[in-house]
Amino acid sequence: MKQLFNFIKKEFHHIFRDYRSMLVLLGLPIVQLLIFGFAITNETKNTNIAILDNAKDETTQQIISKFENSDYFDIEITLKSNDEIEKEFKSGKIKLAVVFQEDFQNELFHSNKAQIQLIADATDPNQATTLVNYASAIIQDYQTDLNSENKLPYQIKTELRMLYNPELKGAYTSVPGVMGMILLLISTMMTSISIVREKELGTMEILLVSPMKPYLVILSKVIPYFVISLINVTTILLLSVHILGMPIQGSTILLIAITIIYIFCALSLGILISTITDSQLAAMLISLLGLMLPVVMLSGYVFPVANMPIILQVISNIVPAKWYIIMVKSVMIKGLGISGIWKEAIILLGMTIFFIIISIKRFKIRLA
Amino acid sequence: MQKEIVIKTDKLTKRFSDFVAVNEITFEVYQGEIFGFLGANGAGKTTAMKMLIGISKPTSGKAAIAGYDIYKNTEEIKKSIGYMSQKFSLYEDLTVKENITLFGGIYGLNDSEIKTKSEALIKKLGLQNEADKLVASLPLGWKQKLAFSIAIFHSPKIVFLDEPTGGVDPITRRQFWDMIYEAAHNGITVFVTTHYMDEAEYCDRVSIMVDGVIEALDSPSQLKQNYNAQSMDEVFLMLARGAKRGD
Repeated sequence: MKQLFNFIKKEFHHIFRDYRSMLVLLGLPIVQLLIFGFAITNETKNTNIAILDNAKDETTQQIISKFENSDYFDIEITLKSNDEIEKEFKSGKIKLAVVFQEDFQNELFHSNKAQIQLIADATDPNQATTLVNYASAIIQDYQTDLNSENKLPYQIKTELRMLYNPELKGAYTSVPGVMGMILLLISTMMTSISIVREKELGTMEILLVSPMKPYLVILSKVIPYFVISLINVTTILLLSVHILGMPIQGSTILLIAITIIYIFCALSLGILISTITDSQLAAMLISLLGLMLPVVMLSGYVFPVANMPIILQVISNIVPAKWYIIMVKSVMIKGLGISGIWKEAIILLGMTIFFIIISIKRFKIRLA
Repeated sequence: MQKEIVIKTDKLTKRFSDFVAVNEITFEVYQGEIFGFLGANGAGKTTAMKMLIGISKPTSGKAAIAGYDIYKNTEEIKKSIGYMSQKFSLYEDLTVKENITLFGGIYGLNDSEIKTKSEALIKKLGLQNEADKLVASLPLGWKQKLAFSIAIFHSPKIVFLDEPTGGVDPITRRQFWDMIYEAAHNGITVFVTTHYMDEAEYCDRVSIMVDGVIEALDSPSQLKQNYNAQSMDEVFLMLARGAKRGD
């Protein structure tokens, strides 16, 4: 026990005496969360648009003022002719142009066929789609107002309710994603690097020759990163609740419990990586390319898993972060209890046990 | 010389699939002896030593270290030996004192023992001013001496040195051998692998491995006589010339 304590102390010495990695370990999560929470977001607010009103009648004025009053759009410029549209898009000042046909009001009331053209900058397709949807909704809204006076004989009304994230906040996707990413980065990469470093320096050999039990060596490597991971989880949760305004709907204890399972999984993966390679650089590359990319690409953090080709959907099942992110979303956003996430929890536990068994096997092969 | 046997092997063999790295080596090492374990690169000396210190399992054969069987009593063996690798492995981002304390603790020394012994050691090595400095800041020769001192800090019966003088200058090497003599004088058996044939001359007995087998084993003077050679270098070349395995 005393040996283990001494070794954990030694491990913290390694971490604290390397200021750069220290900064990365504790600073990175905060920076990541704030960047993903604030800067990178799918919410569109105050987008600059251009209006080309070829009709200039009462109706078009009313629609334009609806655009003006919405939070989503700012009218940057009012155009005079079709030729100007492309110039404005090229300059990058506007993301959407709204073009009213000539004689709009007349067409609307007499031939029932008034047309508005929406032109969006599709260099960012997601954003373009969102903007067009918002704009259509505004126009739809105006139409509903019009028809409220003279009732239509048949009418279907759609009523939208965005459950769990009514304000469509970006933080709701970025917080679980950042947690999945950061914990993997710190627990897996740092653990594998710190074990492999001992191999590179030859101290691992000295330890294996000594009476120190190998599992104690590994345990002493893992505990400090476990502690740091817990600190990071606490920071991330505090930031997301108090700064990003994302409440924890479910039980905080459950959230911490599933996070601990995930940390165990990430740590055991780190140990596994350290049995594969003898070089710190390789350990880092495996952790970064082999783990970070799948987490970002396949976990459902950035791209929805359901939209992927079947093969990638299948592969995504072996990414631990996928299951963790599902659980975090379930508990944090939907407020589900253990009955809603036990399957994912078992999968993650199974993966952890699998990684540990493989690591022990590989460790024994090395010794033989 | 006392004749207590501290290392005894009987047809110790290590096979990697088709390749026989160590082929039925049988030898004995006596207590307090400086035993040189020589061989060209690829001759199998590192593999043989790894089996003796318990980080590689033999394919067949028997061996006893400090009276303990290498298959059954690995834990006892680990407590009775010290080991220094060719990298002089210490923790560079720990101080001299912290390194001594850490390794002392691993070998089960209690706090007061560590305290008195480490103070004496630091004084002996003349590292009083460096005791609280990081090992990374020490010159290579000092790291080497510190690594050796730490390897014998727990007063093991046998210390295994794997090419302990690589990369240091001749004067430092000479000083290092003085430390080896001192350890042997205090009853610690020294098992040392080396490339330097002048160092082989300092050993009480040397074994020379060629292609996985021990070709010769005797005192340096006897070997020179047997092979009618002026120096150990000549003896070694005569034996190693027959080698079929290279690096």
